[in-house]
Amino acid sequence: MGRIKTIARRTFLIGSAAIVGGVAFGYYAYKKPITNPLLDDLAEGEAAITPYVRIDQSGVTIITPRADKGQGTYSIQAALVAEELDIAWENIQVDPGKPSPAYYNEKVVAEGLPFAAVDDGFMARNARAFGGVIGKLIGLQVTGGSSTVPDAYEKMRVAGAIARETLLLAAAKQSGIARDQLKTKDGSVILPDGTSLAYTELAQTAAEIDPPSEVTLKPESEWRYIGKEMPRIDMLAKSTGTLTYGIDMKLDGMVHASVRTNPRIGGGVNSYDDSIAKTMRGVQKIIPITGGAGVIADNTWRAIQAVNAIEFDWKDAPYPKTSSLMWKNVKSSLKDDYRDSRFKDDGDVEKSFKNSNVIKAEYRIPHLAHAPLEPMNAIALLKDGRLDIWTGTQMPINLMQTAEKMTGIPAENIHIHAQMMGGSFGRRLEDDFARQAIELAQAMEGTPVKMTWSREEDMTHDFPRPMQMSSAWGTVKDGKVESYDLAIAAASTTTSQLSRAGIPAVGPDIAIVAAAWDQPFAIPNHRVTGYRVPEMVPISSWRSVGASGNGFLYNAFLDELIHAAGADPLMERLRLCNHDLSRKTLEAVGEMSNWGSDLGVNRFRGLAFSLSFGVPVAEVIEITNTEDGIKLDKVYVACEVGKVLDPINFENQVQGGVIWGLGHAMAAELTYDDGVPEQTNYDGYESMRLYQAPEIIVHGLENGTDVRGIGEPPVPPAAPALAAAIFAATGKRIRELPMSNTVDFV
Amino acid sequence: MTKITVNGTAYDIDVEPEMPLLWVLRDELNITGPKYGCGIAQCGACTVHIDGIATKSCQVPIGNLEGDVTTIEGLGTPEALHAVQEAWVEHQVAQCGYCQSGQIMAAASFLAETPNPTDADIDEAMSSNLCRCGTYPRIRAAVKAAAVKLEGV
Repeated sequence: MGRIKTIARRTFLIGSAAIVGGVAFGYYAYKKPITNPLLDDLAEGEAAITPYVRIDQSGVTIITPRADKGQGTYSIQAALVAEELDIAWENIQVDPGKPSPAYYNEKVVAEGLPFAAVDDGFMARNARAFGGVIGKLIGLQVTGGSSTVPDAYEKMRVAGAIARETLLLAAAKQSGIARDQLKTKDGSVILPDGTSLAYTELAQTAAEIDPPSEVTLKPESEWRYIGKEMPRIDMLAKSTGTLTYGIDMKLDGMVHASVRTNPRIGGGVNSYDDSIAKTMRGVQKIIPITGGAGVIADNTWRAIQAVNAIEFDWKDAPYPKTSSLMWKNVKSSLKDDYRDSRFKDDGDVEKSFKNSNVIKAEYRIPHLAHAPLEPMNAIALLKDGRLDIWTGTQMPINLMQTAEKMTGIPAENIHIHAQMMGGSFGRRLEDDFARQAIELAQAMEGTPVKMTWSREEDMTHDFPRPMQMSSAWGTVKDGKVESYDLAIAAASTTTSQLSRAGIPAVGPDIAIVAAAWDQPFAIPNHRVTGYRVPEMVPISSWRSVGASGNGFLYNAFLDELIHAAGADPLMERLRLCNHDLSRKTLEAVGEMSNWGSDLGVNRFRGLAFSLSFGVPVAEVIEITNTEDGIKLDKVYVACEVGKVLDPINFENQVQGGVIWGLGHAMAAELTYDDGVPEQTNYDGYESMRLYQAPEIIVHGLENGTDVRGIGEPPVPPAAPALAAAIFAATGKRIRELPMSNTVDFV
Repeated sequence: MTKITVNGTAYDIDVEPEMPLLWVLRDELNITGPKYGCGIAQCGACTVHIDGIATKSCQVPIGNLEGDVTTIEGLGTPEALHAVQEAWVEHQVAQCGYCQSGQIMAAASFLAETPNPTDADIDEAMSSNLCRCGTYPRIRAAVKAAAVKLEGV
């Protein structure tokens, strides 16, 4: 069979449990087993083999606990199990399952620790492993941090292999033929005479069998899905309008609702006048909720019209009222009293500054909203001591705990039904909208309430990426970068976000300096210091989190230093690079883009590199300086992920990440007046449109041994690559985002 | 009572004339392919055809509706795809997919008017539909492929 690799017991401790009419085995465990959540809901004749596989008469269902926000994780998770389980692609069914600690995410916590991805030292490895243990203990079933693939790569294949092996043993028992005479093919066990026994027919017998404690995984050469082009399982539905998103869900007897709460988040409400709203057509009830009120109506549009007709007297914002006041706070935090971290301090920057001409610059980047296209929504039904919630969430367990606290209903009577999401980009790591639906459902016991935000409610209640400022100093000598001192000030995303989830955050916040302190460049005198701005507007993770801003701050000033040294942006980075995988990534983008070649009249290029989420990404962007402004022509992207699991989805994710990074850097900002975001819809909050989109050429490198996710890493280098190209074209240094404040785009 | 025809079916509906077509479709008729994204004609997720012309349904008060409505559900089905939908599947365009109903409806109407589009034509026609995931390179490729498919029809 060519199966060569044995997986040790360290990843899977196997137990088994007999249940009525079926089987469940293969708990995922760390000393103390976590129960298999599929056991609770099995009907007669069903089997749950590992927490990731359920078999019933309708077929084999793969449980995909990581949320699909559009990044294709359902398909990738299914492929990993299917590869070993041996089922045909077209017969795969997926189900997000129900929230369970069994689906904890080891990698998301591991990568949040203060060790650079390039650090393979003993301490770093141990600390990452410790992070994994904590992840399991607190049952973080999180989708985020580009962690789905790293987390699932081995364990979901092992789950598939355990299930397959168990079904083979069941077939041996049922047929009386020795296990080693049996094979599998596309969802069936094949007997030597060619007879096939479908997995669905073997579930009952499998119930009586102890699962294997060790399995072997297929060698790469036998893979039929992983690394190949796999049509996404949601593509047909998404191309025909037949996919049901959370906002499309309909339940019998359901009412429609919309809410308004103080756009000065946390501000609260003094009073409101609903005398007009309650007379409007279709309005059934107006319900006070935390920070505002909700309207129950028979149609979403009527609910939105009515809630907008309520006159609210809001309280003041519990934070500085305007962006300019916030900027003062950020600037005044760039001093020792607010120092949060200094993970990088090589050589002696202070000394180097005494001997040379010091180059200095200050950079600013604004708050940015996630603004996924599907406005936040949730359905809640409270009935007979049971609470059901239908919503798209990246933190299902946390939502369950929140619901338990709010209602007093025990967790076993709370059911989260994960919905497909029309984007997230980090927005659905929060559960504020679901909490509002629960509040409404508490006032409407027995009736399902579907709560939908207007776009304006969504934009004014986002938890944005924080504004950031940096001060940078550096020196050059003999055509080389000699010293680089970068001070970054931002409020703590991690503290703000985890405090809302009720999880304590201790120690320095990596997000403040991510993709700055940990870059693989051996500059002789190099220091990166993070300063923590006291929390202002509540903030959260925005696609690529701290790296999204720091990729710009770090690269942009490095580009200034390289220019001052008279060096080449690619050659100098290669000279300084002390990480083999990163060096190869830079070399790859140089080759792809034919770096150094003449681009012709009025055409220019820029380069940037960021290592984030363990993924080195190098991008070169080519632009034309037209009479009417800058035109984006082409982007070359090289990224190192260890293994490209699906080349098409990979390319789509990288292209999307580049467009996300470029589009927001070009035109988007969230500014505040009287504590309220001034941009309330897509007319004021611009990102890229199709006519602006460059051609994007993607190359995935597979030199590394660790398999990495790709949802976020293409974002950080996009903006600084464009800024470098604009400098080459115009001589203007862009030290403030969005770039449209400095240059025009066509 | 207002009479409207959607995907070949006639409906009598009793709503106020100012209710946008989008919400009549979604909440009164449970036709959810057209999506709510912005409500102000900025995102195009609600795009439908009115007598074949791509129209942002959030901007059409039902009292002003003149013509037959086609939504993505009426353009093609999973079993019988329209050429544009076929191209969308072949090019694996969608990420979250929330904007794609509107993108596809915009493309289908555009290609019916402009069977041999230039790159500039495509850029212009498809820029009033917003995609937050950034699938634009694939949308471009799929529109071109669909144009070729439709030529052969």
